[in-house]
Amino acid sequence: MGCSVEGVVAALRSAAEVVTAHRDELVELDRVIGDADHGENLKRGFTALVSKLDLSEPPATPSAALKLAATTLISTVGGAAGPLYGTALLRAATSVGDAAELDAAGVAAALRAALDGVVARGKAEPGDKTMVDALTPAVAAAEAAAASGSTVAEVLSAAADAADEGAASTVPLVARKGRASYLGERSANHLDPGSRSTALLLRSFAESAGGGDR
Amino acid sequence: MKKIINDPATVVVDALHGMAAAHPDLLRVQTDPAVVVRADAAVHGKVAVISGGGSGHEPLHGGFVGMGMLDAACPGPVFTSPTPDQVQAAVTATDGGAGALLLVKNYTGDVLNFETAAELAAAEGTEVRTVLIDDDVAVKDSLYTAGRRGVGGTVLVEKIVGAAAQRGDDLDACEALARRVVAGVRSMGVALTACTVPHVGEPSFTLADDEMEIGIGIHGEPGRQRVPMEPADGIVRHLLDPILEDLPFVEGDRVLLFTNSMGGTPLVELYIAHGIAERLLAERGITVERRLVGPYITSLEMQGMSLTVLRLDDELVELWDAPVHTAALRWGV
Ligand SMILES: Nc1ncnc2c1ncn2[C@@H]1O[C@H](COP(=O)(O)OP(=O)(O)OP(=O)(O)O)[C@@H](O)[C@H]1O
Ligand SMILES: [Mg+2]
Repeated sequence: MGCSVEGVVAALRSAAEVVTAHRDELVELDRVIGDADHGENLKRGFTALVSKLDLSEPPATPSAALKLAATTLISTVGGAAGPLYGTALLRAATSVGDAAELDAAGVAAALRAALDGVVARGKAEPGDKTMVDALTPAVAAAEAAAASGSTVAEVLSAAADAADEGAASTVPLVARKGRASYLGERSANHLDPGSRSTALLLRSFAESAGGGDR
Repeated sequence: MKKIINDPATVVVDALHGMAAAHPDLLRVQTDPAVVVRADAAVHGKVAVISGGGSGHEPLHGGFVGMGMLDAACPGPVFTSPTPDQVQAAVTATDGGAGALLLVKNYTGDVLNFETAAELAAAEGTEVRTVLIDDDVAVKDSLYTAGRRGVGGTVLVEKIVGAAAQRGDDLDACEALARRVVAGVRSMGVALTACTVPHVGEPSFTLADDEMEIGIGIHGEPGRQRVPMEPADGIVRHLLDPILEDLPFVEGDRVLLFTNSMGGTPLVELYIAHGIAERLLAERGITVERRLVGPYITSLEMQGMSLTVLRLDDELVELWDAPVHTAALRWGV
């Protein structure tokens, strides 16, 4: 079974819950090697997204839901993460086209498009200690899972597992992009906040997809 | 945390309302999305000069909105860049038909949000150019960093380019001028204490009583090195030497010297530092022709200061001296 627009909306709502629950953790990670706003920025954006979902006409397609999320985050998050996650969702929305349901391959392709969007906007490479370090292995894992016949929930959970590892791999790295790069060597031995939020978002999508009978 | 606020979540909006009440003759405030606009905008036929960035650096940028400087400022949340729709709203409110110049401090968040806005505004038919300001010599400009940060030089770029737009220079000329000023300005800052972001509630870092942080940014981000506290003479040398070496500024240069407080350092200390910097420049045969002293680009209540040196020529002097009427800078009117 694929993922309908209701599934996408449920995933976005669960992402909002997770971001809110982890707001302080993300702020603290960003305080150490950045400017202590990452959790606050994402919470503001996802809270705005939930009120849009509550108040406006329900989106008609998965693409419309992703596009609503993209434009809302772009106009409310600010910081580096706003345009990056916004572009990611926008590219994902374009990738899924007018499909009424996303299958496993469609989800993997949307994640690939999201990664391409983040890289096009932020120009970070793997190893720069950014969200790209979580998203890159996540996309590879999602594609491998989709190719081997996994369900949407399994694809997302493979992506989330790989993103957790990718995020953990940022700890020893010296940042070469974003605010943390100003610290040079002093940025090593800390987890990158953006890679952590990427892993959290993918986990929330996976749990939301696994929760129903999809 | 002890601050004169009602709610950390409404700090920026509450301050904007107060600002609008304080300066009805100079500016208007829109809150959804948040933009500070020159009272008489849009000025027909004039290039719109727009800047913005996180709040917490007041008077930057809203305090520089008015005749002879900025047409609009986009205030983000405290220490967080504004969003593209704020920038778009600023472009729309100030479009006098001659295009818009976005002056952007070089931080990843600001760059990405302004870049997204410029793409959207261009799609709507307004000619938009962007110039990045990156004057902080504390950060190495290499492939291994996000590049130099925009700090004190921003105030000087906004004043000089604002004057050029006011006298009728076109978009090409304003853009070229902005790049020229950026190329000739360098800054460096020091923190004696940390600041507390309202929604965080705790200081961004801790400095012992006998320590200072050299090369601090304006967002409470740690700097280049932490060293023992020194008398004013030593502090000023720590800031001025790397600035002068970087461009480099040499004997015979004419400069503007900007001595800035990070918010918590009082003027009495700032004047001590400024006097030392003037003396050191004179010793090197560098002529200070213009100066600015005060809290103009701050980091909330942080104690500390920055020095900015800009190489001058006759045109830059003329544009610096041109009339300006804003909440924070006012002369010639
Ligand atoms: N060029 C980039 N490409 C990809 N990800 C990036 C880039 N720069 C920063 N990031 C990610 O963004 C995260 C920080 O996001 P945050 O929302 O805190 O922005 P910020 O840098 O503080 O923005 P601002 O400078 O406006 O305050 C980092 O942890 C990193 O993962
Ligand atoms: Mg941050």
